[in-house]
Amino acid sequence: MIWTEIKNLQSVSLKEIPNLEFHKLREQIVEMISKGCRLIQFFGEKINSGVILYVVLADDEQSKLFIASSNFNDGDSFDSITPEFKSFHLFEREFYEQFGIKPQGHPWLKPVRKGIAGISKEEIPYEFFKMIGEEVHEVGVGPIHAGIIEPGHFRFSCHGEQIHHLEIELGFQHRGIEELFIRNKNNPVYLLKLSESIAGDTVVGHAGTFARAIESLSENNISRRAMVIRTIALELERIGIHLGDLSALSGDVAYLTGNAAFGALRTKVINTTLAICGSRFGHGMIAVGGVNYDISSELKEKILDTINKLEEDVEIAAEVLFSSASVLARFEKTGIITNEIAKEIGMVGPAARASGVAIDIRSDHPFGGFSLFPVHKLTLKSGDVFARAYIRYIEITQSIKIIKEQLETFSEGELKKTSSELKPNHFVISLAEGWRGEISHTAITDENGRLRKYKIKDPSFNNWLAVALSVKNNGVSDFPLCNKSFNLSYSGFDL
Amino acid sequence: MLDLFKLRIRHGKQAIPNIRKAEVLETFKGFPIIDESKCADKCKDCKDVCPTEAIEVNPLRLDLGKCIFCGECEKVCSSGAIKFTNQYQLGSTNRNSLIISSGKTFEQFEEEAVDAKKEIHKYFGRSLKLRQVSAGGCNGCELELAATTNVNFDMGRFGIDFVASPRHADGIVITGPISANMAPALKDAYESISDPKIVIAVGVCSISGGLFANSNHVNRNFFDEIPVDLFVPGCPPHPLTFIHALLDYIGK
Ligand code: SF4
Repeated sequence: MIWTEIKNLQSVSLKEIPNLEFHKLREQIVEMISKGCRLIQFFGEKINSGVILYVVLADDEQSKLFIASSNFNDGDSFDSITPEFKSFHLFEREFYEQFGIKPQGHPWLKPVRKGIAGISKEEIPYEFFKMIGEEVHEVGVGPIHAGIIEPGHFRFSCHGEQIHHLEIELGFQHRGIEELFIRNKNNPVYLLKLSESIAGDTVVGHAGTFARAIESLSENNISRRAMVIRTIALELERIGIHLGDLSALSGDVAYLTGNAAFGALRTKVINTTLAICGSRFGHGMIAVGGVNYDISSELKEKILDTINKLEEDVEIAAEVLFSSASVLARFEKTGIITNEIAKEIGMVGPAARASGVAIDIRSDHPFGGFSLFPVHKLTLKSGDVFARAYIRYIEITQSIKIIKEQLETFSEGELKKTSSELKPNHFVISLAEGWRGEISHTAITDENGRLRKYKIKDPSFNNWLAVALSVKNNGVSDFPLCNKSFNLSYSGFDL
Repeated sequence: MLDLFKLRIRHGKQAIPNIRKAEVLETFKGFPIIDESKCADKCKDCKDVCPTEAIEVNPLRLDLGKCIFCGECEKVCSSGAIKFTNQYQLGSTNRNSLIISSGKTFEQFEEEAVDAKKEIHKYFGRSLKLRQVSAGGCNGCELELAATTNVNFDMGRFGIDFVASPRHADGIVITGPISANMAPALKDAYESISDPKIVIAVGVCSISGGLFANSNHVNRNFFDEIPVDLFVPGCPPHPLTFIHALLDYIGK
């Protein structure tokens, strides 16, 4: 086999990453994906005379990752993999947008974060697909939406009330985060804070993923206590968002009891995070080398108390929500993503699991506290709004169990270990299961042990296409509901 | 049905009864107390550790418009020259008053921070409708702004609400450092609001660019042309910080 096999968070020397001509790499990719591997990363790095492409695939069942690379000269092109495997479509588009190396035969080379009309004179605005015919109309929404949410443009081609096609244009939130990681590589606090701001609803998720990448590159084995605290913070983040989304989903179908009840429960959860670290969203929780805040035995009791009560409250609220006929009428059979489509386009996270795709990094490629306690993968089959809502509920219950389990084994240990220098010329991929799904950060160091490349993938990158596909043949009025059932990140996608 | 009653009973009353008196947990980082007399000679560890260049030394000052309240400066300072309190009332109508110098007490800050004008009270005191625009915001500020309308904070009780159309709004609430790709849409939204209108900058990114101040993909020209009426510091600001700032501003 030509691939280098690694595990999540296992750093390798750049020398150990095989480099082959693209057509050979392509054959290998096709073979591996046909055997059931999954695409994790496909990104480029600019070097003097061209670009290096890194590809990372996963064998989830075996908890293995495979990496290989290929070199391109400026202006080269390559045979697109998308016609065979659709999960490559966005990765190839991003690669083309960033380096100008064209995937020949790509069916839809739409800009990823550029091409927004009127922003830059040199950019040609992207032409949306058009539906032509009598009684056909277009609805354009955004970038600014009705509520207090991030911006993105949605264009619906409709026939009457029915959506035939939805195109989503993102990129409005682009802040150049990956560039900033490299530009400020000498300021560790800045980098950590930057990772917290990749997506402000996934602070612990992204900061933890960043910290573990750096810890792997500096061989810093954090204490078990710190690991447990991180796990608790991550699961609190998951519970908080899931509750918030159940509240919002209730609101979207005008079910105000659910809206109020889940909303109030969410407040209790994020205030627990506040009690630990001073921020409702977990800012400051994670440190490179461990955590910044301890959980005292008094606080431990408080947390247990809160989540025990929460467990009962959530059960009642969920019982009420999911047995209400008017709610079910809107949730069921709305915005269906079939299992085939979910796999084909490479979906991740609870949205994928709601369509029966059993992937969960916590159990497939365990990290931190999850290497101590295995997590059972939860899936549903129907792939509709109902499934994407219901899976939130069962995941909340599961996360409560995880927190209890981890708190029970709480041992003494150092909160934070100082990190030494990063290993020079190394590559590491750090995967984690945030509340939205698979987060992946890849770090590459130069000969002085400084960051040379930092690649981020929020789960939203995998899942945005699913939003567009889910609304096909649904009514326009069901769009907010479908969209919220995924609740994807704009800033995490736009970077 | 029985479950529904159970749920209602357990839900109880969630609204914070007196928002003006609400307190946040000790752990929350709010107004900083600075005591330069404790500074060791030529030490500028706090300045060096700060990710957003919020600190200046000689004299020691901390800019709440740049600070993300990470607490690293407080941790790195062995002599305790910077201490964060949990006072969350940080809104200000004056950018300069966000720069906290040595010896400034919270009471002094509060006294001068928000200049409540009579005409603002007259126009907006009873009803204030706001259009929120996220321009590169990470969803932190957005979530906290959305929380101001939830059952706990219930900002609607003061006649303050977020609305969908800028045409219905009396002002704009801006979050994010203003990504270049959002700059035109932000301008459009602002121009669509009829006069008189107010501009509120929420969160460190919006006030100063925050961690993204030096990004090549941020375009802050908007603020060169359009003055901000109210600054709400934080990363993200607590919902109470926002509500208090507004209530002070409209003289409620
Ligand atoms: S708390 Fe504020 S001033 Fe202190 S280091 Fe962090 S950002 Fe800078």
